[in-house]
Amino acid sequence: MGYALNFNLIWRHFDKLWGGLLLSLELAVISIAIGIVIGLVLAVWYVSAGRIVRTIIAAYVEFIRNVPLILLVYLVFYGLPTVVDIAYSAPTSFVVTLSLYSGAYLVEVFRSGLEAVPRGQLDAGKAIGLTPWQRLLNVRLPTMLRITLPALSNTFISLFKDTSVASVISVPELTYGAQWINFNTFRIVEVYLVVTAMYLVTGYIMLFALRLVERRFRAAR
Amino acid sequence: MLTQIAYALPFLAQGFALTLWVSLLVVVFSLIAGVIMGVGLVYGPIPLQWAVRIFSDTIRGIPILVLIFFVYYGLPAVGLHLPSFWAAVLALTLFKTAQVVEYLRGAVGSIPRGQSEAAMAIGLTFRQRLAYVIFPQAFRRFLPPWINGVTDAVKGSALVSLLGITDLMQAINQVIGRTYEAMPLYILGALIYFAVNYALSLASRRLERRFSFIRE
Repeated sequence: MGYALNFNLIWRHFDKLWGGLLLSLELAVISIAIGIVIGLVLAVWYVSAGRIVRTIIAAYVEFIRNVPLILLVYLVFYGLPTVVDIAYSAPTSFVVTLSLYSGAYLVEVFRSGLEAVPRGQLDAGKAIGLTPWQRLLNVRLPTMLRITLPALSNTFISLFKDTSVASVISVPELTYGAQWINFNTFRIVEVYLVVTAMYLVTGYIMLFALRLVERRFRAAR
Repeated sequence: MLTQIAYALPFLAQGFALTLWVSLLVVVFSLIAGVIMGVGLVYGPIPLQWAVRIFSDTIRGIPILVLIFFVYYGLPAVGLHLPSFWAAVLALTLFKTAQVVEYLRGAVGSIPRGQSEAAMAIGLTFRQRLAYVIFPQAFRRFLPPWINGVTDAVKGSALVSLLGITDLMQAINQVIGRTYEAMPLYILGALIYFAVNYALSLASRRLERRFSFIRE
């Protein structure tokens, strides 16, 4: 016991943490954006597809959701280049991994949202003569988004936290910055306190912003 | 290639056993701590409610990896020397406890107020109300998400490989270090994790369907 807190060294190296946080956010935003595309396409495909396609999509979703992210990160970064002729930097490799990972989680969210859209709305769309495309774009997707927003917010924030796993392949994001300061200054308790606060504050800002979006769209019932 | 992997199988099995052992300890400890704290959150005095709320929100607000490093490197710094195995179990237990608290809060919260009031009206004490009225009903809502959440403990346990603990993940990395057969071994590892976790999520789904007759 008798550990005296001293944050001076943390502030001196704060650029490592701040730069790390920005990179974490960048990784999260890019991966989530790609994940949304994967999720939307596969979810829409899933609900209208036949048995075989459904099985393939379900296999992708279940596989990703039941394997530790760290293993997927290793697999894509160290494993894949040994069998396919590709070369990518650690951050790119992580974005590939997290995109596939978030895609699997988002397919689930979007699929359950699509299935929750009341049948009557689709029938009404058909009755006023909308084409299948119009029904999808103007009826199904907007209603689905409104239903799934709360679940989406949680998924986004959890994916942001998952960027910490990028540190295992030396991507200099926030957790990596924390370890760097940990090993180089030994102000261990301080650095993890500061990093905890940074993750919490960022997470809550995201949550607050997403709640605002939710409220904005909930009004339109 | 296959002979090398076959040669490594007993070693991988040891790692897998450690993964299961860590997960089991975490699941048991977090269940006990989480239920106690969850009851504190729902029924406790206001300061206790606040304490549990802050604990749960903080733990769930940071990445597990940060929590693991914090516990592993932070405890010795303040003079507490735990073997790395127990530091890992402690960190994962903290993470899982926060989840159990939320499952319990959700399950207990879903029981209509009238149940509690009726139990009070027939003169049951607080403990009797919990034991005979609330928990038996809440149990069915608690069980499916909780079993599904066990997969998080198994997946989270892969992170303890970063502390030099030879769990399945670390065993795979070590065998790759010797054989350079990265892809087959990662896929093998993924399939093992998948088998365990998929079985758990199937069990969760089946229970959920079985308990779905309960409606307000």
